[in-house]
Amino acid sequence: MATKTLLQGINDALHTEMGRDERVLIFGEDVGLNEGVFRATTDLQKEFGEERVFSTPLTETGIVGAAIGMAVYGLKPVPEIQFSDFIYPAFDQIVSEMAKFRYRSGGEYTCPMVIRTPYGGGIRGGLYHSQSPEAYFTHTPGLKVVIPSTPGDAKGLLASAIRGEDPVIFMEPKKIYRAVKGDVPDGDYTVPIGPARVAREGTDLSIFCYGAMVPVCEMAAEKAQEKDGFNVEIIDLRTLYPIDETAILQSVRKTGRALIVYEAPKTCGYGSEIAAIIAEQAVDSLEAPIKRIGGFDIPFPYTLEKIYVPDAIRVYLGIKDVLDYA
Amino acid sequence: MDRGLTLDKHKGNTSMSDNLLQVIQDNAKTAKLPPGLSEADIKRMYEGMVMVRAYDERQKKLQRSGRIGFCVTSTGEEAVQIGTAAALEPADWIYPYYRQYGMLMYRGASLDVLANHLFGNTTDLAKGRQMPAHYTHKETNFVSFSSVIGTHLTHAVGTAMAAQYKGDDVVVATYIGDGGTSSNDFHAALTFAGVRKAPVVFFIVNNQYAISLPVEKQCAAESLHTKGAGYGIPAIRVDGNDIIAVYQAAQEAYARARRGEGPTLVELLTYRAGPHSSSDDPSRYRSQEEMDEWNAKDPLERCKRFMQQLGIWTEAYETQLWESIREKMVEFTNAAEKIDEPSWETMFDDVYAELPDALRRQRDELIATESEFPRDNEGEFPL
Repeated sequence: MATKTLLQGINDALHTEMGRDERVLIFGEDVGLNEGVFRATTDLQKEFGEERVFSTPLTETGIVGAAIGMAVYGLKPVPEIQFSDFIYPAFDQIVSEMAKFRYRSGGEYTCPMVIRTPYGGGIRGGLYHSQSPEAYFTHTPGLKVVIPSTPGDAKGLLASAIRGEDPVIFMEPKKIYRAVKGDVPDGDYTVPIGPARVAREGTDLSIFCYGAMVPVCEMAAEKAQEKDGFNVEIIDLRTLYPIDETAILQSVRKTGRALIVYEAPKTCGYGSEIAAIIAEQAVDSLEAPIKRIGGFDIPFPYTLEKIYVPDAIRVYLGIKDVLDYA
Repeated sequence: MDRGLTLDKHKGNTSMSDNLLQVIQDNAKTAKLPPGLSEADIKRMYEGMVMVRAYDERQKKLQRSGRIGFCVTSTGEEAVQIGTAAALEPADWIYPYYRQYGMLMYRGASLDVLANHLFGNTTDLAKGRQMPAHYTHKETNFVSFSSVIGTHLTHAVGTAMAAQYKGDDVVVATYIGDGGTSSNDFHAALTFAGVRKAPVVFFIVNNQYAISLPVEKQCAAESLHTKGAGYGIPAIRVDGNDIIAVYQAAQEAYARARRGEGPTLVELLTYRAGPHSSSDDPSRYRSQEEMDEWNAKDPLERCKRFMQQLGIWTEAYETQLWESIREKMVEFTNAAEKIDEPSWETMFDDVYAELPDALRRQRDELIATESEFPRDNEGEFPL
């Protein structure tokens, strides 16, 4: 066990999985010699060679399309899309091809692969280095969508994704790549895809969040405890699809109040689905209306990013709002 | 069968006129066997083309009488399919476009594989999930495809890269229409394949039309095979209705790939003699004169003439061949029609390796209504 950053957790998973399985190949823009613009692929080409770790031409549809062809042939490609804002040229490949290969071929051909991509705000990246496009992918049957928030989960979930039989969109909260540190077990380590994690136990209100919003919600929950004596529970979803409905419903039935926090534009964001699940299946246990805090329905701004991305103040005010409801 | 030509030097009984590779001389009295091909090989290729044409005849009949909902035919493009299939090895892979199913038959798929897919019945390998013409057949390495144009080209490259990485002696053949050369993925695939020297052969099936758009409005290049140059990929233009030329060009391109020399782009000039699909009416966008002109270059007729020149074709052979194949087509499609459609719960299979809980709940809710409210009569509201 070692203390690592989230980015190191990811690198550890890639390193470990490449060592265990020679079918694992890593490629994408600048991931070889340059080791990725965020250095997620540090030392990988050095250790595993250019055959298994290489930089590609600048075509996202080519990167994902080639990965699909490799997966169909029996390899385990783990391509990187440098920023999730650049994933759209590959959107057709992801939605029309990767997600549907197993289904449309009646199970004759499968597509086990993992697309890693950094997402979200917090690095002063403006419109095109900050987006959170997870809802496009959770809306696509055939894909699994995973977003870790701790270094240990980053390693364990990525390892599970690589070992799995389905295509996975693995979104990495780049704002906290180096900001969070935590225990990361050495060597062979997996965290199952699917189950959510109770990040903070509480009894008065449930916050549902994921990725870079988890530490923001934790800070707000501490403040609410300290100032108002509110005992807030935080559920870190970790896997967005398949969704852990049981964990969501259990928590909300316990607390009777739900706050959902995500940084993508609020309308039709992933948090809307959580709200719908609670409304459909646990409305009888609600003591207050469900509340969503999301990004605004505007393109991601540069200078005012700190106002756009939900922060601990907005979350704290949201907690108060839901708990003040009589 | 061995190689008969190199891409830059065409020797023997091949000719290059108008920068177009042709072998069959339509007006000759006699012909010699091309290098590496026996009489039996040529007969087998011809019979493969007849199979495709007979299958298309049968599909059209079934569609017109309402027994299947939709069909895609490949009349005029038989030489493209069979010529490139004949030069492949069994371990090689195919990423097809719509009109490549003749390769399936040629590579040994049973006719019921095709017939069951037309009806989308419970034994259809695609389990009734795709429209007709979207064949999948793992046994012959014929890969399932979507209806999105061009996306499979990058898959072909990825598969070729994977085979190269694993050290397998496998070549990948992939196909795209003239319209598909405008797609994003055509560019991405050639970019990748060129840089990685992937063992893949890109066949542009230039059948002159993308649904209604003629090739000269698709691309301003004088010839589509010139697109290879921009990616450092050797390219050749071939008479796609001349099955011997198609075979020879394909074989040389596969051989280059096997030798580790990378991808080749092969433009096959042909004509989509039928409609784009059963939903299309070509009289809206092309003239009878044009169709007649191309029909005179029909690939089956050209091959037949070549066989006559070789002295290996007779009327009796032709009649007997067509009779036996037509009979088979009726037999297999009639049998497929009698097989049940897939049951409701199968709709939820194969989305993931294992059914997720939330999806299981959706399935179970639907299945609970199946016995109470069967949906037998389309269009009627039984309650």
